[in-house]
Amino acid sequence: MSENTIPDVRAAAEKKSPRTHSFADHPLVQLTLVRFLEFIREPEALFWVFAFPILLAAGLGIAFRNRPADVLKIAVVSPGLAQSLQWEKLLEVQQLDENAAEDALRTGKVALLVLPGLAGSVEYRYDDTNPEGRAARLLADRAIQRAAGRTDPVAASDQLMREPGSRYIDFLIPGLLGMNLMGSAMWSIGFAIVDARRKKLLKRLVASPMPRPYYLISFLLSRILMLVIEVGVIVGFGALFFHVPFRGSLLTLFILCVLSSLSFSALGLLLASRVKTIEAASGLMNVVMMPMWIASGVFFSSQKFPSLMQPFIKALPLTAVIDALRSNMLQGANLSQMMPQTGIIMFWLVICYALALKLFRWR
Amino acid sequence: MPENASHSALRVSQLRKSYKDVRAVDGLNLEVCAGECFGLLGPNGAGKTTTVEICEGLTDPDSGDVEVLGMRWSSDAAQLRQRLGIQLQDTQLSEKLTVHETVRLFRSFFQQGAEASEVIARVQLEEKENSRVGDLSGGQKQRLALACALVGDPDFLFLDEPTTGLDPQARRQLWELIEEFKESGRTILLTTHYMDEAERLCNRVAIVDHGKEIAMGSPRELIASTCAEHVVEFTAGNASHALDESALRRIEGVREVRRQNEAVHLQVSELHTAVPALLAELTRQNVPLTEFRTHSATLEDVFVNLTGRHLRDE
Repeated sequence: MSENTIPDVRAAAEKKSPRTHSFADHPLVQLTLVRFLEFIREPEALFWVFAFPILLAAGLGIAFRNRPADVLKIAVVSPGLAQSLQWEKLLEVQQLDENAAEDALRTGKVALLVLPGLAGSVEYRYDDTNPEGRAARLLADRAIQRAAGRTDPVAASDQLMREPGSRYIDFLIPGLLGMNLMGSAMWSIGFAIVDARRKKLLKRLVASPMPRPYYLISFLLSRILMLVIEVGVIVGFGALFFHVPFRGSLLTLFILCVLSSLSFSALGLLLASRVKTIEAASGLMNVVMMPMWIASGVFFSSQKFPSLMQPFIKALPLTAVIDALRSNMLQGANLSQMMPQTGIIMFWLVICYALALKLFRWR
Repeated sequence: MPENASHSALRVSQLRKSYKDVRAVDGLNLEVCAGECFGLLGPNGAGKTTTVEICEGLTDPDSGDVEVLGMRWSSDAAQLRQRLGIQLQDTQLSEKLTVHETVRLFRSFFQQGAEASEVIARVQLEEKENSRVGDLSGGQKQRLALACALVGDPDFLFLDEPTTGLDPQARRQLWELIEEFKESGRTILLTTHYMDEAERLCNRVAIVDHGKEIAMGSPRELIASTCAEHVVEFTAGNASHALDESALRRIEGVREVRRQNEAVHLQVSELHTAVPALLAELTRQNVPLTEFRTHSATLEDVFVNLTGRHLRDE
């Protein structure tokens, strides 16, 4: 229906274009546009940035989905004990002779072996480094004591938490988002710059009147452009398929993502400031990113590392980013509550950018 | 170029540049007049690229003075960049972009110049305007590089080995484009190690070797001043009938005799007297002639004469 109007519009634009400097002809707009085109014309990059985090989140989300509590298998050797244990629904009791029971315990088929001791006492045999063994010991002991007439002095009731916000996937999505912000910013900037240097394209650009800061700024601008899509895809996936909650404001989340991306971009720029080959660049990137993948709490809490290491782990940019994302998404924290994290992110941004500008080589 | 009081577009004096222990440029002086095409000739590693990159403001010299279009890099870099068209040796432009996108990007850096499509048409790439750079042939890529150099409507064009690695047809096509630019009265500094390229395109050439200038002048002048006008190459003699070279020197019009493996090179001033005399001498010595050819002397012969080496000894 609009076929008639399109040629007119184009003809008008062509008539006007000579000698008028439109917005699209500004060097910064052109440089950013070129960045963007180069990126979307690279199928591998599209996979790593968009498809990979979703596949990972889907895989892990399914693997770690919440299931009803496991029933623990235990073995007993006397019918009397089996009798008193049968009311415990969380235990599956097998009555075996002593040899077979010992065997089952050794091979892990049962978590606990209950034996009658002297004078009506009971003996538990289990591996105390195995959490299932310890849990089975507590459950079995409670059942036996109650069957023998013990009453609990304090009344207790259970309230089960299985709602969005406390599941593994809720923990995972902010982690993956942080990891993706780091990876895509560092790879896209690092690779593009090292590749341009290797092909002497950087040298060709500085031989033209291109304002040099524009070149670097165009990377940051194209990052922000990509970010909207990238964050949207991951967050949308989490919200749609796993109902991951967003308790903080989306604006705060967006500001956080932009800040993080700029910080990682500066780190990528710093790493790429001198490197001349793709191999060296990817080695350097991996050396820098690997410790953060492990320690910064993408897949499991960084609190699991010894307290001696905590100050170092907390100072890593990815730890700060993921902590901030989690407290925004899961606890609804606002920017002022995330000052320590945003401070760390800003610190890295300023230091890396300043160093990169000082060290950067155009050829 | 009216603001240039002097008539020179480029003046280089006592230029020196070393990399570690290699003296790339060693006291070079050059003067390129406005409107001429000046060739910098020499074998690989002669210091041509280093010299050009210093003139382009991409490399700092250790010492010496460079003045381009009456300006200096230290004080007028931004203004100079707007007026130079630069094509570097083996730049690979982004393969993911189209021809139009690439030229338009470069166009955006310049304050003046034609529209991207116009420049693309000028280098005869209209049909490839929307093709990816990665899909272009070597010759087309070089023409695209030329388009990126021409897009700011420059007063001075720097071309560093523009046709290296191209097939003869692609080279000729590029030469025509360079000649077109030359005819518009603008200045060109060209480096090459192809003698035919320099002879065809350049008004004047400087031959450089080991970072020093060893000859300068128009191609005709250089050929006339350093060697005779014609070169005779032949192979004669065998094990039983060896050639006596000393007799050749006595032939009238023979300036120099050089032996290269089996072949003998004579530089002669007059072909029509020297060739019959040479054939008569071979008959007298009774040596069989196996190969024989003559050509007009070229810059290549000038270089061989000056250095004893071939330009493209690789």
